[in-house]
Amino acid sequence: MSTEQKKEGSLLKKCIRNNGFQTIIGSLLCIIIGLFIGYIVLLVINPQGAGKAITAILKNFLYYPSAAAAKKYFGTTLVKASALLMCSLSVLFAWKVGLFNIGAAGQYVIGAGACLYCGLKFGMPWYGCLFAAMIAAALVGAISGALKAYFNVNEVISCIMLNWIGLYVVNMLLSNVKEQTTPYTRPLSSVNKSALLPNIGLDKLFSKNEFVTIGLLLAVVAAIAIWILLEKTKFGYELKATGLNKNAAKYCGMREKTNIILTMMIAGGLAGLGAGIFYLTGIEQWMVQQTSVPAMGFNGIAAAFLGGSNPIGAIFSSYFIQHITSGGTYVDKTMYCSQISDLISAFIIYLCGFVFFFKVRLNRYLDKRDEKKGGAK
Amino acid sequence: MLLLIQYTLIFASVLILVALGGCFSEHSGVINIGLEGIMVIGALGGALTMRYLTAGMPAFVVILLVVLASVISGMIFSLLLGVAAIKFNADQTLVGTALNLLGPAIAVVLVRAVNTAESVDNVSSTVVYGQAKKAFLVNMGSFEFNWFMLIALLILIASYIVLYKTRFGLRLCACGEHPQAADSVGINVYKMRYAGVLISGALGGLGGLVYITAGVSEWKFENGVAGFGFLALAVMIFGQWRPINIGLTALLFGMFRALSNVYMGFDALVALKLPSTIYNMLPYIISLIVLVFVSKKSRAPKAEGVPYDKGLR
Repeated sequence: MSTEQKKEGSLLKKCIRNNGFQTIIGSLLCIIIGLFIGYIVLLVINPQGAGKAITAILKNFLYYPSAAAAKKYFGTTLVKASALLMCSLSVLFAWKVGLFNIGAAGQYVIGAGACLYCGLKFGMPWYGCLFAAMIAAALVGAISGALKAYFNVNEVISCIMLNWIGLYVVNMLLSNVKEQTTPYTRPLSSVNKSALLPNIGLDKLFSKNEFVTIGLLLAVVAAIAIWILLEKTKFGYELKATGLNKNAAKYCGMREKTNIILTMMIAGGLAGLGAGIFYLTGIEQWMVQQTSVPAMGFNGIAAAFLGGSNPIGAIFSSYFIQHITSGGTYVDKTMYCSQISDLISAFIIYLCGFVFFFKVRLNRYLDKRDEKKGGAK
Repeated sequence: MLLLIQYTLIFASVLILVALGGCFSEHSGVINIGLEGIMVIGALGGALTMRYLTAGMPAFVVILLVVLASVISGMIFSLLLGVAAIKFNADQTLVGTALNLLGPAIAVVLVRAVNTAESVDNVSSTVVYGQAKKAFLVNMGSFEFNWFMLIALLILIASYIVLYKTRFGLRLCACGEHPQAADSVGINVYKMRYAGVLISGALGGLGGLVYITAGVSEWKFENGVAGFGFLALAVMIFGQWRPINIGLTALLFGMFRALSNVYMGFDALVALKLPSTIYNMLPYIISLIVLVFVSKKSRAPKAEGVPYDKGLR
């Protein structure tokens, strides 16, 4: 073996040994298998249009032949993806501290309620509404955190209960600011323009899609900030230590109870901001007769784990999940329904559970191979 | 008042079935957060069976077929959790959550496909089963007796006996407390855990069926089961993983859930002039409060949620 070949071989080996690289491979496998299962389901429902339907899902905004329209809908997908990114940050941040924040969905609902109410009822400007969304959702997160820290209540169950309570409260609250004849809240664009997030020229990039706002930038900045907080600060280190072993953290003089509550507060705040940067664009109005919690928070779970619970990875995975969710609306409605995308993302979450096992197996295989090589020498 | 009792009993039956399902799974050492999804799939199996049953079958056969359909679909679905958690050491909370999302998604996609295949304009996710449902009901005066109330009671008694009086039940509990110790005396931990998960799938699926037939004669699958799987988990925790306590707790929670259906019939409650939303929230608020009081001295099986590792001591 020449030295050059050897070098190349060791580089590849280094890559394949790298944890981040393995995570990416694992996530890609999840996506491929998830899409494949989706395709099979489509085949089972109706074999004729399955190929076309799965391409429609993957193409999403490219469905429109004109470049201008495609660009516009690309913008819309990005707006939704930014909200999803905030939710996934919320989930992954708590996950790093050993908590499963399934309440991101409910915190998102509370955030939506708070920002719309402040904007419509009190005529507050956008930054006020955004702040209100963050604080309200953070408080709800803090409830779950406090129950966990002081009363040992499983955060998954308390979060679910709070999801439903939050949904009913917000429905009740926003009934005060709804249109007279429809169950939808009054549009921000006609009641209080100052509550709409500023575009700062971003809309021009997407064929004048007025929903593209600074929200996009905010979400990316939040992802980077969370990455810095977790990886580069003492506070982040403490939080992760608390997640790994609560008792050890306590022994080292960390305030483990405060850390748990703070984590859930930050997680809640992130989800609330997500709702803020979505509803304050005016893209959608709240329907006050909703009987189920919006899927955004649950899709956030998919995005968080698909991104290898890494904030930077979450940027890409959130976009992907939103891409196929939006793409679902373009399938042929005479045969399929748009929820096929939900099915695919649910399967992707399920498959993410196997990634850890996959890594262990891969490393064991690599070890064995190295051992054999060593023996041959 | 009679209506309140009727609704309380039927909702309590749902909670008993599902909470017992969770109880079996957790005693074997697997946390089953996915009960909500399992309920939806069980409901789906039952609802589709009811829809396609030919009219005029004897009530007994109808009950048997529908129950079997939902039990089997629940069990198959729960295998997704079983395989991931037991064979592949996956994170049980994560997989359970995936099940919760997967259940409604599968149900909506399937029901819509069935509806659309029948007529192109029908894009709803609703299954109508008004006719077949009558088989479950026996009218006793103004009280509508539902066979599921009896089934739930029988299963409750059976669970008590199985868990505490049989070899299987005691072994199951051993696997949730200290699997290594159980293994050392020759119990196959993996098999026991599969058994626990499958039982939870069966009971969860049946619970889902009972839930959608309680009071209504069609179900819109987009709504899932509205957090009932999680209420059942709260019931299980409040019942400290013991069947009899679970039964009593389920009655209490069932009553709060029933209130939102029938509070209009009580002059005292109507006079309070509370918005109906308050009654909808009530079960969730109560369970949150209840959890605060009981979680501290929780008697959860010690090894639940931990994948079994033969090498550990």
